[in-house]
Amino acid sequence: MIPEPLLRVHEWISQPWPWYVAGPMIALIMFILLFFGKEFGISANFRVMCAADGADQFADFFKFDWQSQGWNLLVAVGAMFGGYIAAHYFTPADGHIAHVSAATVNSLRQLGMTYEPGQVPLMPEWYCWLSLFTWRGWLILAGGGFLVGFGARYAGGCTSGHAISGMSALQLGSLYAVIGFFLGGLFMTYLIFPLIF
Amino acid sequence: MMRMSRYILVGMLFGLTMYKSEAVSWFRIFEMFHFQSFHMYGIIGSAVGLGILIVQWIKRARLRSLEGKEIIIPLKDKSWKRYIFGGFIFGLGWALTGACPGPMFVLLGSGYTVLVIYLLAAITGTFVYGLLRNKLPH
Repeated sequence: MIPEPLLRVHEWISQPWPWYVAGPMIALIMFILLFFGKEFGISANFRVMCAADGADQFADFFKFDWQSQGWNLLVAVGAMFGGYIAAHYFTPADGHIAHVSAATVNSLRQLGMTYEPGQVPLMPEWYCWLSLFTWRGWLILAGGGFLVGFGARYAGGCTSGHAISGMSALQLGSLYAVIGFFLGGLFMTYLIFPLIF
Repeated sequence: MMRMSRYILVGMLFGLTMYKSEAVSWFRIFEMFHFQSFHMYGIIGSAVGLGILIVQWIKRARLRSLEGKEIIIPLKDKSWKRYIFGGFIFGLGWALTGACPGPMFVLLGSGYTVLVIYLLAAITGTFVYGLLRNKLPH
């Protein structure tokens, strides 16, 4: 029998986390990694994976001491475990849904995605293997992934490396990168989405 | 073993945070780019606000890392081209897939195994950047 207080804690963790819990938690993660002598930046793992597969024969960019970056791969593996645990053991009372605003439900409807308020799932239905039978599935998963991998290395970091680590250190370059992220995101959202949905 | 498990634990905390705050959701990113909720701005804003205080404290207190070395915060290049151009390309992909690299790993672990395609594509994108690096403005 699980003791009552432990059930309470489980129930408490299972509810959706508000921004004022998630934000400070991310700052704490950045601090822990700095304290370990490392810098928080997830997309650097893609470069490590390239180098580990022998990409150094093709470009000098991949000639670096990638073995010293093993810690970052472990963070990525940990993130996968964290996702597994959250999805399987900490389900909120109303299930895994995205608690988006009424305005967002309206905007989704304009693109042909008809969800009732309070019924928007966490992920759209095309996040599955079947979507690989459609051009849109390939565009989103493979096309989007390519842009993210290319852009993150070109900009020298992604959301964790620039928006969190870089901006916390008041780096001007990271501010430019975040402006770039938003310009690209707004371009996609307003100009490309109406064409593909 | 202790040295390895601590990074896995940090990653787990990150994965749990991203999933439970719905930051992994395509719909939350869609909402953010439509400026229809404070949620994502609150997450990033409070992380950066607290992060600035933490970094200033590390610098002023000359805090040492677990291994006893001085904590050095790496500086970024003093240019703007690579950040704006690279950032723009990243932003296109971020809005399209609804997941940046961190959430991608989180979702992969939570059971959206199709994101292996995203991972392979992102590695390919990084590889192509490595090939073209000398021809691109930085």
